Amino acid sequence: MSAVAHDHDHHNPMEPTRSEQVKMNRLGLWVFCLSESFLFFALLGTRFYLWRNPVDGIIRPDLAQIPAFIFTGVLLASSYFMNRAEVAISKDDRTTFNYSMLLTAALGLVFLFGVVLVEWGLATGPELLLGDGAFGAVFYAMTGMHALHVIMGIALILIVWNNGRKGLYTAEDHWAVEACAIFWHYVDLVWVFFYPALYLIGTAIELHH
Amino acid sequence: MRTLYYIVTSALVRGLIGQGITAFVVYQGMVSLRNALGYDTTQGVYDEPSGVMAALISVIGFLLAAGVFTDWLKWIGGEDPPLKHGAQGRPEWTRYINVDVNHKVIGIQYGIASMVILLLGGLLAIIFRLELAMPGLQFLDGDAYNTLFSAHGIIMIVSIFSGIAAMINYLGPVMIGASDMSFPRLNAFSYWVSIPAATVLLSALVVGGWDTGWVAYPTHSTTTTMLGVQMFLLGFYINGFSSIASGLNMVVTTVYMRAKGMSYFRMPIFVWAAVSASILQATITQTVGLALTMVVAQRALGLEFFTPVTDPALIELGFPGGDPTLYQHLFWFYSHPAVYVWILPGLGVISELLPVFTRKPLFGYKWIALSSVGIALVGSIVWAHHMFTSGMPVTWKIPFMISTLFVAIPTGVKFFSWVATIWEGKMRFDTPMLFVLGAISVFLLGGLSGPILGTIATDMHLHDSYFVVGHFHATIFGGFVFPFFAAIYYWWPKATGKMYSEALGKLHFWIMVPGFWVMSLTQMRTGVLGMRRRIADYGPDLGIADEQALITVATLAIGWSILIMLYNLIVSLRSQEEAVPNPWGSRSPEFMSPSPLPEFNFDGPIQVIGEPYDYGLDDSTYVVPASAAGD
Repeated sequence: MSAVAHDHDHHNPMEPTRSEQVKMNRLGLWVFCLSESFLFFALLGTRFYLWRNPVDGIIRPDLAQIPAFIFTGVLLASSYFMNRAEVAISKDDRTTFNYSMLLTAALGLVFLFGVVLVEWGLATGPELLLGDGAFGAVFYAMTGMHALHVIMGIALILIVWNNGRKGLYTAEDHWAVEACAIFWHYVDLVWVFFYPALYLIGTAIELHH
Repeated sequence: MRTLYYIVTSALVRGLIGQGITAFVVYQGMVSLRNALGYDTTQGVYDEPSGVMAALISVIGFLLAAGVFTDWLKWIGGEDPPLKHGAQGRPEWTRYINVDVNHKVIGIQYGIASMVILLLGGLLAIIFRLELAMPGLQFLDGDAYNTLFSAHGIIMIVSIFSGIAAMINYLGPVMIGASDMSFPRLNAFSYWVSIPAATVLLSALVVGGWDTGWVAYPTHSTTTTMLGVQMFLLGFYINGFSSIASGLNMVVTTVYMRAKGMSYFRMPIFVWAAVSASILQATITQTVGLALTMVVAQRALGLEFFTPVTDPALIELGFPGGDPTLYQHLFWFYSHPAVYVWILPGLGVISELLPVFTRKPLFGYKWIALSSVGIALVGSIVWAHHMFTSGMPVTWKIPFMISTLFVAIPTGVKFFSWVATIWEGKMRFDTPMLFVLGAISVFLLGGLSGPILGTIATDMHLHDSYFVVGHFHATIFGGFVFPFFAAIYYWWPKATGKMYSEALGKLHFWIMVPGFWVMSLTQMRTGVLGMRRRIADYGPDLGIADEQALITVATLAIGWSILIMLYNLIVSLRSQEEAVPNPWGSRSPEFMSPSPLPEFNFDGPIQVIGEPYDYGLDDSTYVVPASAAGD
């Protein structure tokens, strides 16, 4: 993924041109998303394989609903600003691009802190412990694997924002911004599947500590 | 002196030093931190959570020190470094120990890595085969035997992955008329990340070994006290990055880098096999990664994925427990199709070489092409046939038995095509052709013993016996090892410009083929007679002592024959004589260019104007330089 628009002076006819390279980058990123989907579907499969009992069928831990709902809303809102940033750079609107990128990263950070401080209970005391059998294992694995991708996304957004500030992207050639947007929407989409699987689907089992 | 300087400053040596330093610093730091937090860090050969962290970070240390990330770090800073081509002012041979983006260099790097690792894995096998040659324990104890067979399994798997990557990298781009892969830097990353993965994996041998086999089933893998198991899991896991990145790269390359006129059904048939394998690699590898991560996490962090709930109070509350069969599903969802990743390129080599040596068109090109895709698709829905004895509802077993038997259909398509291609051909029995025919015979043995294991009733009897060992080795030797050797002999003059000794090549073949047949059939026989796999010993009253000794002798024969090949190839490199540009009379694009291939493969773009396999037809042309095509 080239973060930079460029045009080599001496183009070897055997090597791809910039526009051919961008087409390949795009397919490469989609294949990467496909690959990652196998990871996330395997995690979802794990959740439905383990979170069952003979009496209730599919179950879930009885976790606090309100914070998770709010943080999910924050993450979805961040996708809106990511899209806004991409549209802005394609219209050469630098101001909107800059603040939309920063806002996306900021909302991503709010989501991340929400997961780590509230859902994992680093600030409030955990509802679920790491060692709480299959509940703890699957909950921390799914939120943790997703959070890892959110961290990657935020880093990518900040890098691209910084390079955008230097004027490296144009309205015609801003592959890095597009790549950033595809990845961020993808990470968002994963949470759209994870949130109901963790918080909504199945009979709630009360936790005792 | 210059040579020593080039070696010491190479990416390989820098990377290894970087990895060692990082591992040491991170490990010491983690241990101090954990001591300060009040944890006990004196259990076992090393402190497990610290060791895991050190191993993971050490890979980044390797890649940074080797310079794999350099261009990407510059991009983060906003620069745009061009691709570096050539040896950067150093001798040509230093390209193979430095980070190089050329697909042919990377292909050869993979090839060398594959052969080195193959020798190591083979050596381990010979050690425990010597132990098994007689009943009773002679010179190994149980732990050593367990470590040896576990290491043999995973080391050979790493060697196979390097071997297919060697073929796909070297041949893929040039066969479709491209100058390189779509993502040359990512390609270099794929190769270089497999080196620190291999060091982590090999470190398992010195930090206590492990006794879980290469499958690492919980609950044994989550409770064993042989701490090499963590390094094995992490080395296996990190190798997955290499698989995913190179699979992705080859898919995109094939979609976008084909020469003008090269429609999908006019690509050399090997490319179809390579792409099918690459699609599998790019996707399913994720699930084994997850399975391995779960074991690592259960051991190091206490996440209990695989521990069933036993506390009656918790069961009363409705709490769910962990489940060891979950691991088996995730593991085999990858690891069964993984064997198709290994054999598809090999079967592609067979289809690629047969028309050349029979001087006839490949029979049923489209069927062969689509059978590769078919094997990849059907092969992805058969995984639970490894679990017939694992405690699965019978309603799950029957569909998996049926889908398993369905694999025979696309595989059968390939066999019939090979037979029809050979039919009434003008055969030439050069060394590569001999290995192709050997591959077909051995793969047939593996294929015919497959349905016996795919059928529930017979599998119940033969599960975990030496019959499985015989079947598995036949499929992998027939589907990978023999075709890989055929490919090495066939493209050796193309890659090096030198010709090996035909006599030594034939000697290699005539030792290895009977050696393998004896080994595999005898393994199957001892399995039927009651020999269990993964067991260090057997009773003399089983009546299989002679068979066991025979297997050991056959194994030694195979080992010696491979040494003959390496001797043959290395000696040929020193010969003054240049190989002819197209020794086999091939029509494939790579034989249009001089040997060894130039930096960008062709002088200029090429164009496809005919069918790829019209051997024996006088007025048919496959590829021409685009400048000569006239349009």
